[in-house]
Amino acid sequence: MTATPLVDLQGVTRHVELPNGSTLEILRGVDLTVGPGEHVAIVGRSGTGKSTLLNILGLLDSPTSGEYLLEGEPVGRLRSRALARRRGDDFGFVFQQFNLLQGRTALENVAAPLLYARGKQFWNRTKLATQSLTRVGLGERLDTRPEKLSGGEQQRVAIARALVRGPRVILADEPTGALDVETGQAIMTLLDDAASETGSALVTITHDLAIAARADRQFRLADGVLVPIHLDAPAAVAENAAVATIAVAETARLTT
Amino acid sequence: MTGIVGAVLEAWDELRIHRVRVLLALIGVACAVTAITGITAAVTMVGQAMQEETERMSGRDTTLQAWSMGSGNMSPAEVDAAVDGVTERHDISYHSVQATADLKVRGAQPGDYVEWSAVDVDHETITRQGMEEGRWFSDTDTERLAPVLVVNQAFLDTYADGASATTHPTVVIEGETPVAATVIGEIPVQWNDEGPRALLLFDQAMHWFPDRVMADAYRFWVPPELAEEFAAVLPRDLAAAGVPFDVQPPQEDPLVIDRVLQYLVLGVGGFALLLGGLGLLNIALVTVRYRIREIGIRRSFGATSGRVFFGVLMESVVATTVAGVVGVVIAVAIIKNIPIDRIFGRPIDDLPGFPFDAALVGMACAIGIGALAGLIPAIYAVRVKVIDAIRY
Repeated sequence: MTATPLVDLQGVTRHVELPNGSTLEILRGVDLTVGPGEHVAIVGRSGTGKSTLLNILGLLDSPTSGEYLLEGEPVGRLRSRALARRRGDDFGFVFQQFNLLQGRTALENVAAPLLYARGKQFWNRTKLATQSLTRVGLGERLDTRPEKLSGGEQQRVAIARALVRGPRVILADEPTGALDVETGQAIMTLLDDAASETGSALVTITHDLAIAARADRQFRLADGVLVPIHLDAPAAVAENAAVATIAVAETARLTT
Repeated sequence: MTGIVGAVLEAWDELRIHRVRVLLALIGVACAVTAITGITAAVTMVGQAMQEETERMSGRDTTLQAWSMGSGNMSPAEVDAAVDGVTERHDISYHSVQATADLKVRGAQPGDYVEWSAVDVDHETITRQGMEEGRWFSDTDTERLAPVLVVNQAFLDTYADGASATTHPTVVIEGETPVAATVIGEIPVQWNDEGPRALLLFDQAMHWFPDRVMADAYRFWVPPELAEEFAAVLPRDLAAAGVPFDVQPPQEDPLVIDRVLQYLVLGVGGFALLLGGLGLLNIALVTVRYRIREIGIRRSFGATSGRVFFGVLMESVVATTVAGVVGVVIAVAIIKNIPIDRIFGRPIDDLPGFPFDAALVGMACAIGIGALAGLIPAIYAVRVKVIDAIRY
């Protein structure tokens, strides 16, 4: 008997109405299952809908059609309050730009999600936040504000924040996008280890094939469709090299 | 429970982060609350002072004033007995004669004048008569063999070499049968430079100086709800008893002008509060736009739209509540230090504590303006799309 997947997308589409009246199809029928503790990577060009897919996975956005089952339960039937509660309980987000709350210390940032928790998690938020920051190696920087931290340290605070409520799924949107290669690798190692330690599933969106290669399974999002890829297969490498090249070119264009 | 505590903590945290901007907006709110609370309290306390002043002069509220319309050949003592009979029949607990006497103290120089009044024991209660020293008359004083007096400081200075009333100085009252009267208490002066003034019990006055006493008025302190009824019944019954009196109905509210003034000042305070609230609204709107991304991030933590709405609203309410507390504290400090003695020339007997109502009005205004100023930013915050907010 097959265990119920943690996350199960079945034919998910997402369309948006443009101001000129036309319809933009971002996702055209995405199928994806993620099991508990599994690490999945999704690569794709900019504008292919990776972030939209991540937002749908994290219950921040809703599919236009298709079914999203969270532990077998259709999320489409959940009311907004229940959705918010499951989002807080089951998902941890790591963003490319860290998205730390300005003016708050590292400890206050990590404790912030616990303000929306209940019971012991709420009342013990300072202790839990301290533990989470210690786990990512920032036990000595609890009272430091984000603007005083390096990029790598800020992302570690973001990871500690994503982990603090013990989520079932960590959703990382370009977690190394704002970091140099070396720091990026260190952050991914930390994220991988933390996810393995806590048994959380990890869904990573990235341009970086080396980062994607660390995952158990890889997918490429192109033309609104999710295609499984195998980075060790020569054909896939060649195909995805084009993606990487485009990504590098785009980055170069943006920075010049 | 955790939701409410969390929202308040979150609101407080936001205020802490944006304290300079919020503080500037809140100064106006705090000032307005100080004005509203202070004025409400001041009017209440000044009203009390004026009420007491009025009551000293004409008796407590719902005191009926009765003026004699002539009693034929009846002596003041007989009139008094008739009045006592009527008040007993109607179970009126407090009444007092208002009699004047023409008496002379031994040693008085020509031209010296003492304002003599003969009253009943109830006079003290009806007119809130306070004492500087010593005591007021008691029922047993009527049985004394010599008259007892309650006088003012000018009387003591003139006729008792400034002795304290507690030493019970005596003065001799001239007449066919001169009698030594003992001073048992000193009453406060009614106004500056008041001349000698002395009160004695009506019964004793009638005993010692029956020909020098003129009793032409009475005061009846009656329950407010029965005042109108007694104002109609008493003249009829007194006339039936052979002592016709014109009974004046109770005074209309003497503080009506002060109420108008109170509403006027409250109106100005309310306008100031509105301006303070608009300033806060302005700041809150700017702040909430600045925080769109943060709101999106909080939604990713599991914040419901209700929680976001409540959180933004609470920021404003918590802020104005703090401003309200500050405003009320300042108002208390100011009101408590108003020199009421100097303004009225004497202290208030029943000086009320800082009126709780005034503090409540101030706090309600502060919280209300906070809720109003927070409403628009809260609606704005809820309408923000989460995915747009995170990318903002």
